[in-house]
Amino acid sequence: MTVAGIFGRLTWSNLFPSVLVTQTAVVSMGLGLVAVVALVTYLRRWRWLWNEWLTTVDPKRIGVMYIIVAVLMLVRGGVDVILMRGQQVTSVGAAAGVVPTSTFQQLFSAHGTIMIFFVAMGLMFGIINLVVPLQIGARDVAFPFLNATSFWLFCSGMVLINASLGVGEFSTAGWLAYPPLSELQYSPGVGVDYWIWSLQIAGIGSLLSGINFFVTILRMRCRGMTLMRMPLFSWSVLCSMFLVMFAFPVLTVTLTLLFLDRAVGAHFFTAAAGGDMMMYVNLIWAWGHPEVYILVLPGFGIFSEVVATYSRKPLFGYVSMVLALAAITLLSFTVWVHHFFTMGAGADVNAFFGIMTMIIAIPTGVKIFNWLATMYRGRIHFSAPMYFFMGFIFLFTIGGVAGVMLAMPAIDYQLHNSLFLVAHFHTMIVSGVVFGDFAGLIYWLPKIIGFKMDDRLLKYSAWCWIVGFVLAFGPLYLLGFMGATRRTSHYASDTGWQPLFAVAGLGVVIIAVGVAIMLLQLLLSVQRRKQNRDTTGDPWNGRTLEWSIPSPAPVYNFAVLPVVEGRDAFWAAKQRGDASGAAAVRYVDILLPANTPAGLAIGMLAFVVGFALIWQMYWATPLAILAIIVVLAIRTTATDDSERVITAAEVEGIERSRARADLA
Amino acid sequence: MSVQAARAVQHLDHEVEADDRAVFGFWVYLMTDCVLFASLFATYAVLHKNTAGCPSGHQLFDMPYVLAETMALLTSSFTCGLGMLAARDGRRNAVVAWFTATFALGLTFLTLELAEFHHLATTGAGWSRSGFLSAYFTLVGTHGVHITIGLIWMVVMISRVLGPGLTRGNVRRLTLLSIFWHFLDLVWIFIFTIVYLMGSARV
Amino acid sequence: MSQHAGTERLDSGLAHAGVRSYVSGFAISILFTIAAYLMVTDRVLPTGPLIAVILVVALAQFGTQLYCFLHLGTESRPRWKLLMFIAMAIIVLILVLGSLWIMRNLDSRMTTPQQEQYMNSQGGI
Repeated sequence: MTVAGIFGRLTWSNLFPSVLVTQTAVVSMGLGLVAVVALVTYLRRWRWLWNEWLTTVDPKRIGVMYIIVAVLMLVRGGVDVILMRGQQVTSVGAAAGVVPTSTFQQLFSAHGTIMIFFVAMGLMFGIINLVVPLQIGARDVAFPFLNATSFWLFCSGMVLINASLGVGEFSTAGWLAYPPLSELQYSPGVGVDYWIWSLQIAGIGSLLSGINFFVTILRMRCRGMTLMRMPLFSWSVLCSMFLVMFAFPVLTVTLTLLFLDRAVGAHFFTAAAGGDMMMYVNLIWAWGHPEVYILVLPGFGIFSEVVATYSRKPLFGYVSMVLALAAITLLSFTVWVHHFFTMGAGADVNAFFGIMTMIIAIPTGVKIFNWLATMYRGRIHFSAPMYFFMGFIFLFTIGGVAGVMLAMPAIDYQLHNSLFLVAHFHTMIVSGVVFGDFAGLIYWLPKIIGFKMDDRLLKYSAWCWIVGFVLAFGPLYLLGFMGATRRTSHYASDTGWQPLFAVAGLGVVIIAVGVAIMLLQLLLSVQRRKQNRDTTGDPWNGRTLEWSIPSPAPVYNFAVLPVVEGRDAFWAAKQRGDASGAAAVRYVDILLPANTPAGLAIGMLAFVVGFALIWQMYWATPLAILAIIVVLAIRTTATDDSERVITAAEVEGIERSRARADLA
Repeated sequence: MSVQAARAVQHLDHEVEADDRAVFGFWVYLMTDCVLFASLFATYAVLHKNTAGCPSGHQLFDMPYVLAETMALLTSSFTCGLGMLAARDGRRNAVVAWFTATFALGLTFLTLELAEFHHLATTGAGWSRSGFLSAYFTLVGTHGVHITIGLIWMVVMISRVLGPGLTRGNVRRLTLLSIFWHFLDLVWIFIFTIVYLMGSARV
Repeated sequence: MSQHAGTERLDSGLAHAGVRSYVSGFAISILFTIAAYLMVTDRVLPTGPLIAVILVVALAQFGTQLYCFLHLGTESRPRWKLLMFIAMAIIVLILVLGSLWIMRNLDSRMTTPQQEQYMNSQGGI
């Protein structure tokens, strides 16, 4: 085998990006990596990092790692946005703009891919990992090793997509890579392959997590917690995981088929030899529509918890909220054609899916009214999470109405792929998913890290997000009506669009300030953590089980597994004056799964598989797959004694040393 | 009850619950695998007429050969079931015998299938000739990949049973493997019917 | 604790199964397979009805193996495995039938060669 054979199609020229922004990005990432390594070395924390984080199977730790990765990717995706907006403000008429067109195309492709797959999914799975076991009164998830593996697969996809900055290039075919643009003929480089494998690997991680949390919620609720006594957030996660399980296999197949077209010359979606590129659009949206509900349902669940707690009232209409979640879940499989009304289907097909799309807005509306009814006659504490909730109510309703407009095929023919569409879906995702996840993080992180964050700074941040969003996307609704298409890197000056783009640019800057404030307050909160300590484990006067344990949550979650008799079990216990549980607590030994490096190993090997397939280093792929099989075989041999014991005495020690409601 | 006894009871309860969850979780995974195959079937259904001038199924499929493959796989599903009954009853040698038989029949199926693929590919009806052929190879090939994984798993399990024997963990893993193997025969029913029989029926 | 009680939690269907379940499942499946095969190779029906019949036979064999080999439907309440199976079946039906409807519809609205020829003869689009 020649040297060239070993490296596939990777050559030196792929390693040096030629565009200034890309070079800057690569250098910054490199410096950041060096800084982190230097810091860990200086603090002599390599062993700690390995034992406490890299080999952990504790969902609370895994959740924190998901969130860290998601926040990093938020910054990356945000920088993409700033460049894109910069381009659209300046690249008018004779002016060239700030980036070349091919870079702009990579920017919008990377922006969408990163935000959906790594920021939104990352924040969501992070919060789910942190909160679900605590809410249902469990000590762990159903399959802890699988959980860790899912995280490392997610990480692997993240590394791949960032590698595309420095080694080769990224896709220019948008966040969904429609053929024929994504086929070999029009995208001969590695960009689309990076897109495919980054998503394929992260997608498998998501699917496995879906199964994991679905089984966890169904099988590991504490005694007395029937499904109809379960907190709404856990219900929303159950529904979301149902969608993950049944939607992600479609993505796996679609990505594989596209890769086969590119790698072996198959004809699934090609123009020639019997391919059908419309089948790609059909399949990818059969996944894509459930995906957006996967993201937003947990956001809804978070708001249910936040609104009830900060209104000091039980959630209004628990049963109708559950039914609404179930209805949205089922209906989300019946609306996908609304993403391609203009692809040419007949009026009967379009009408059916248009009607189903309008119907799915109804249960969502029910939820909005129930949240408002929860607030009505409540004793409301306008904390930072409530600011995000108010922003959500205002923005989501507007975006939702825009969505109902788009649900009508006749209107959609005018607005498809215009900036009106872009404004609509950003409104839904930012106000529903992002605001929801932010509210959840502010609300629940104190339980995990043991101290509260700065409410005042977070409120400023919320204002920046809300005002910034209105400025950034309000003009886009108008631009859509004026005929502006999405993904345009240049336009004529007589369109009159530039002032509106300038306002949008200002909005993005304000959002960036909001993000900066969030990150800053995090640093400040860490610095001031001793003053902000959560001394009771129940900082917000909560209603559900997670507030009944000390903060920070011990590794085993509950020293004694709770027994529940109704909804809002912790609130009921507090009303009875029985917050700490049984008066005489008998501590027992607790069995927990042991740490393992196998998850990390599989993630790294998955990266090798992906990288090798992208660069056609085909010799490496079977070796890496074989290595994964070996890791799994070894891992399942070791399972018979892969547990550790926390003795009753240790448990008692931990319980007494941490802040609890009854000891305050 | 002494501390040791209490710990042992807690451990066993824990184990029983864990086994229960493992089987249910694996069942749920198989349901997602069904959706995976359904997407491949949908793609096949959309593309099966797109032969682009190349041979169609009717001209390519050797029906007696396919029947033989089908019988091999079906029988292997049966022997796998008998193996699980033996595992339930603790009969270690019977377990090894039945699962070895299952492996042999499964390997026969896979060999026949690979030979068929090889024949098609070398006589000009390869993966990249037409939409129909791409869909055919991918659908049937994905099933073949699952079979291969099952065979590897079977080898590992047979060696485990020969070694440590029918421990609780091994019985659990055999249960998962057998559910997996039965599921693969179920998918094959549809491949046999939709790809081969319907392909043959449409002249 | 006996082995039986252990496997009862493990797979409640398996605990109560007997050899009979597997033998009858196997025999019925062979019958269905050969029946469908012979119907196609001997072409006993015209294409349309033939396809409908072999699909029904396939579903029958599917159900047989689900019951006899996988013991679906024999678990005690709550019947989560059965529920998950039904959920999957509904979603598969929606995805497959929906995709077929959509793609057929799109296909029927593609320009035919004759239409294209006519358009070109009139001076293009």
